[in-house]
Amino acid sequence: MTLNLFRKKTFRHGVHPPEHKDQTNGLPIRQFPFAPVIILPMAQHIGAPSKVIVREGQEVMRGQLLAEADGYVSVPTHAPVSGRVRKIGNVPTISGQMTRGIYLEPFPGVSQEVYEGTPVDLETATPDAIRDGIQRAGIVGLGGAAFPTHVKLKVPEGKTCEVLIINGIECEPYLTTDHRVMLEQADDIFTGMRYLLKATGARRAIIGVEANKRDAADHLTREMPKDLPAMVEVLPVKYPQGAEKMLITALLGREVPSGGLPIDVGVVSVNVATCAEIGRLLPTGRGIQERVVTITGPGVEKKGNYLIPIGTPLRFVLEQVGASERISEVYMGGPMMGVAVSNLDISIVKGTSGIVVFPEEDVWHPEKVYPCIKCGACLDACPLSLNPSQLGILAKHESYDLMAEDYHLMDCFECGSCSYVCPSNIPLTQYFRIAKRTVKQRRAKT
Amino acid sequence: MVQSTLRISSSPHLKRRTTTDAIMRNVVWAMLPVAAFAVYSFGLGTLMLLMTTTVTCVLTEHVLCRLSGQESTISDWSALVTGLLLGLTLPPIFPLWMAFVGSVIAIGLGKFIFGGLGYNVFNPALVGRAVLQAAFPAAITTWYPAFIENRFTEVAASTLTLPFMRPPAVDVITGATPLSAFKFEGVRAETGDLALGLISGSTGETCAVLIILGGIYLVARKMMNWRIPVAVLGSAFALSGLFYLVDPGAYPHPIFMLFSGGLMLGAVFMATDMVASPLTPRGVWVYGAFIGIVTIVIRLWGGLPEGVMYAILLANAVSPHIDGWIQPRVYGTTKKAAVT
Repeated sequence: MTLNLFRKKTFRHGVHPPEHKDQTNGLPIRQFPFAPVIILPMAQHIGAPSKVIVREGQEVMRGQLLAEADGYVSVPTHAPVSGRVRKIGNVPTISGQMTRGIYLEPFPGVSQEVYEGTPVDLETATPDAIRDGIQRAGIVGLGGAAFPTHVKLKVPEGKTCEVLIINGIECEPYLTTDHRVMLEQADDIFTGMRYLLKATGARRAIIGVEANKRDAADHLTREMPKDLPAMVEVLPVKYPQGAEKMLITALLGREVPSGGLPIDVGVVSVNVATCAEIGRLLPTGRGIQERVVTITGPGVEKKGNYLIPIGTPLRFVLEQVGASERISEVYMGGPMMGVAVSNLDISIVKGTSGIVVFPEEDVWHPEKVYPCIKCGACLDACPLSLNPSQLGILAKHESYDLMAEDYHLMDCFECGSCSYVCPSNIPLTQYFRIAKRTVKQRRAKT
Repeated sequence: MVQSTLRISSSPHLKRRTTTDAIMRNVVWAMLPVAAFAVYSFGLGTLMLLMTTTVTCVLTEHVLCRLSGQESTISDWSALVTGLLLGLTLPPIFPLWMAFVGSVIAIGLGKFIFGGLGYNVFNPALVGRAVLQAAFPAAITTWYPAFIENRFTEVAASTLTLPFMRPPAVDVITGATPLSAFKFEGVRAETGDLALGLISGSTGETCAVLIILGGIYLVARKMMNWRIPVAVLGSAFALSGLFYLVDPGAYPHPIFMLFSGGLMLGAVFMATDMVASPLTPRGVWVYGAFIGIVTIVIRLWGGLPEGVMYAILLANAVSPHIDGWIQPRVYGTTKKAAVT
């Protein structure tokens, strides 16, 4: 353990893309108006889609349950606004597939009273009751993964959660959502941490923050209640430090085993905005209705951090913020791991941490792919110390099974660092995405 | 109204703008001062020699691509790098027709038959030079003094030798290289002269200072792995230093070893060929040390005064195996990735 004192708080490799955060990190969170129609997909999270319990034409109140969780790995969906259910049918999603969803028409000009559920009392609630409350609030990982949080908090038999990590790294360029949440919602974060410590049984908590958000780290340190067994750690800026595995290694020097989970090294980690949401919703029993989204990029006039109702159509969002006439690419999430939007009729979902808009003149795509020159830049970039160069060559020959068996393909979490640095412009991350999907399909068949 | 025809692409949507052709272009920029100094010190014949190798390499690549029905790859600038590098490793009055043959071989045999850029096992320029050394042992060891007076107005007769003709015996005083002078006559050159290039040698190997500056430029632009020259020069220095300490009378000073012959040029511009060197940082250390040690061994006990070329070619051959042995430990595992 003495070695830990001298250990540099970081992880191996990684990259330093330009940050572009100063365009929005000084802008306070602002409330976004309600769109004329709210479109709520039932599958906003990983796991089973929510099960609709309202009918067409029904009037609902803001915060009311519209669809319930369908099983354990699932969460419910609440009404982000009072209004009338216009239609229940197919709604577009970012993947291009249609999914079941609800079209909700807000009442014009009504007072936005909020429907409250059963509060979860911090003092008396059991860990199970807290996890149940988190599920009932419809909370999923707001950092982008959208994995149901309550599932993560369940410590398996025989394992213990020693440390709770609150992830305030936000390593994606352009995004400042978590930065603003840390600056403006400290009390919610602390309350959320109390619920999370209780739910996981962890003795202490660490809030990990990157050095480009030192003001947020200082603010949290200053405001931290004396009785909260937690500390703020400032880490040097490096992508992809916000990835759970990387953050755990940077903070604790432990490596999550290949194919394992953070709990295997005694850790549960939760995104800081998710933690704030827990702290805000559980004491009242409300469900999640809105989230903070950074809207930015050279194609946006009114850049900022907005509190946007879940289900707000992207087209409405872009019109409100004065998106350029000549937008060419829109990413949901950050530019490193986010997904390019093909259809503006999709809506803001629980996992949407940012919208980055590029007009034609600001998009740079390399026009030419060269052969791999074995420069080793990708090996120097891969946070998992995989060999993307070799994997890329194997992928070209479609040797997917070999990639999975001998080269740890399935550990790749598609952070994009290898593609980012490749001088030959080889679409490595895309190769690996296809390879992983193919391997999963083959494994499912056998 | 926001338009809805959007371009979609696969993440990551950001991309570092250092591309392969930019790397190759910058290698050329880094070698230009070395080439300019070569022309300045050896004159018109050397200019013709460098032109011959670069133009021939680029044309050879273009023609071979077209003959095999592929798009020409000369726009990636790598053929130009090979041509310039080959020219810089040849003696100043090397016959142009031989340089032409060497250039065709460098691209054809050293690069194209392996599959072009990225697939070559050996540094193509050194393949060309190795063949020339075997085919024309006399011409490739015929040196010429630097800074002779009429170097910009007259071209040595040997430069313009007709194809398949033996170059005429050199009538001016031959300028022995410091390495051969030491090896065969026991004469030691001044270190200052070596560093500044006031000596004889292959066209590009004489001015160590410009070579180092070129290397620093590439390292600063993150277009060269600094570990390779450091490992090559460090190991050469350490091994030759060891022998110098044992018997300073019989063995040359390690500084002399670093600054003489093609070691500096080889360490900075040839051993660093990305394609023919290992992928991992640790592998690169092994590779570099291998080159340094083999160079010194050949210089001290081999039949040739210089061994950099063979050392690098040998290391190129070993490089894929080094990659096989030395793989980083994958995160969250105790075992290393599989060998190739």
